[in-house]
Amino acid sequence: MPEKSSVDAVVVGAGPAGASAALELARAGRSVILLERGPFPGAKNVYGGVVYGRVLDEVLPGWWEDAPVQRWVTRRSTMMMTPTQALTIDFRTEDWGNAPYNGMTTYRADFDAWLAGKAVDAGAQLVTSTVATELLRDAAGRVVGVRTDRPDGDIRAELVIACDGVNSFLAKQAGLLPQTDAEQHTLGVKETLALPRKTIEERFGLSGDDGADFEILGCTGDISGGGFLYTNRDTVSVGVVLSLTGLAKSGRRPEEVLADLKAHPAIAPYLRGAELKEYSAHLIPEGGYRSMPPLTTDGLLVAGDAAAMCLAAGIWLEGVNFAIGSGLAAGRTAAEAIATGETSRLTGYRKRLEDNFVLTDHKNLQGAAHLVLSERVQQQYPRLLCDFAQEVFTVRNPEPKPGLGKLFRRTAARHGVRLRQLAADAWAGFRIFG
Amino acid sequence: MRQYPDMSFEDRMDTVDFEVGQRPHITVDSDICRSCTTKECVHACPAKLFVPTGDGGILFNYEQCFECGTCYQICNKAGAITWTYPDGGHGVVFRKG
Repeated sequence: MPEKSSVDAVVVGAGPAGASAALELARAGRSVILLERGPFPGAKNVYGGVVYGRVLDEVLPGWWEDAPVQRWVTRRSTMMMTPTQALTIDFRTEDWGNAPYNGMTTYRADFDAWLAGKAVDAGAQLVTSTVATELLRDAAGRVVGVRTDRPDGDIRAELVIACDGVNSFLAKQAGLLPQTDAEQHTLGVKETLALPRKTIEERFGLSGDDGADFEILGCTGDISGGGFLYTNRDTVSVGVVLSLTGLAKSGRRPEEVLADLKAHPAIAPYLRGAELKEYSAHLIPEGGYRSMPPLTTDGLLVAGDAAAMCLAAGIWLEGVNFAIGSGLAAGRTAAEAIATGETSRLTGYRKRLEDNFVLTDHKNLQGAAHLVLSERVQQQYPRLLCDFAQEVFTVRNPEPKPGLGKLFRRTAARHGVRLRQLAADAWAGFRIFG
Repeated sequence: MRQYPDMSFEDRMDTVDFEVGQRPHITVDSDICRSCTTKECVHACPAKLFVPTGDGGILFNYEQCFECGTCYQICNKAGAITWTYPDGGHGVVFRKG
């Protein structure tokens, strides 16, 4: 690494947001250093299911030809469960198994390294095994670079883009993010388990490069959260996502909550005989739009998880695509600002995000996290729906079949669910998701 | 009570790669921990890095840290847990994240 180097921009964190920002800057002809604290991009990263690559169409046409894909998701299930029941909406389509594809499963060590490689191909300088320890400021307080943990490792730059993840110490240091904010975060814990490729395809009903992704509600006991199960080529990944405050209060260990999900009668048959290849954990900024920090300050832009751009909205669980989307926007804004010399005016960044899916989706779905993590959606409704399904499908000859409306009202009453509350939540859900 | 016999926690952690650094990137002030009655870090840490001691303090290990941040996010006692990233190139290395 050049000592006391001076570049147009320094991007901190070579995850999807950072790699995308560096790609845009390099393509605009700007000198850019992409800093990564791990030994390679992706070494510190964990995700919970699917990477949606559509956002790459514009910058990497045909990206699916060489992206490090495990499987293309052609089967998507939403499962609501109680300790002994599961009600699943199961969807599959061949369309998602053909170009341009919808979503892929991947290993982040592969995917992030691949995307960072695209930035390097475009001219960005990737520097790994280096932590950005603090922001450098000039006398006026403007951010003018970062200090690193290398000897003589100050890097001066016109602009800094912080893509340093969910714990972004740079955004915290800049006063954009609070030091701690447990209520807006969940903990994801995951096991990646080896199974023969053929076994995976038989159990999940897949063939070729097709893959399955299950999202699960009601599988985390007293702790708000959810679960997931998805297929890779010759491994499956299973995990739970736990509200930090709920986990703190519960007295339970994360891997025990995950063990309960793995032992569930609807999940266990998929995992029988599988061997643990890697246990992992990562925080997720699930607070959404309402917990987002200011996205810029003088000389600094924030993108990806550092800007809380994970979408946890019930049927939509996305993050890598928002990281890429915000990274591209930050890179474009930075390149323009450097070109015009107006590096203090970075308002174009927010405008860009509002004009595309990143802030539009987050803004539209801003109430979702609150609703999805509510006790009713977490506990009452899965029990109600599973019991209702059981009542509907239980045959009680010679007693005649009851009307579904009556059955539903009876089941709701048994679970203490007031129909007025259910209607209110349905209306709230319609307003959020409609 | 459900049993969790699938594997020992030590075997579980053996599936994860770590490039252990010299510098502990977590430090814990046991004097502050002694006044904490709940000690959420002990059960919530997914890598089980925090162990209560007989005198009410906390013993910790930084070597097998996932760098998730759960401990400092949920800690109720200001200044009890000091948490940074490990030095560049060190710490957890996920291969299948």
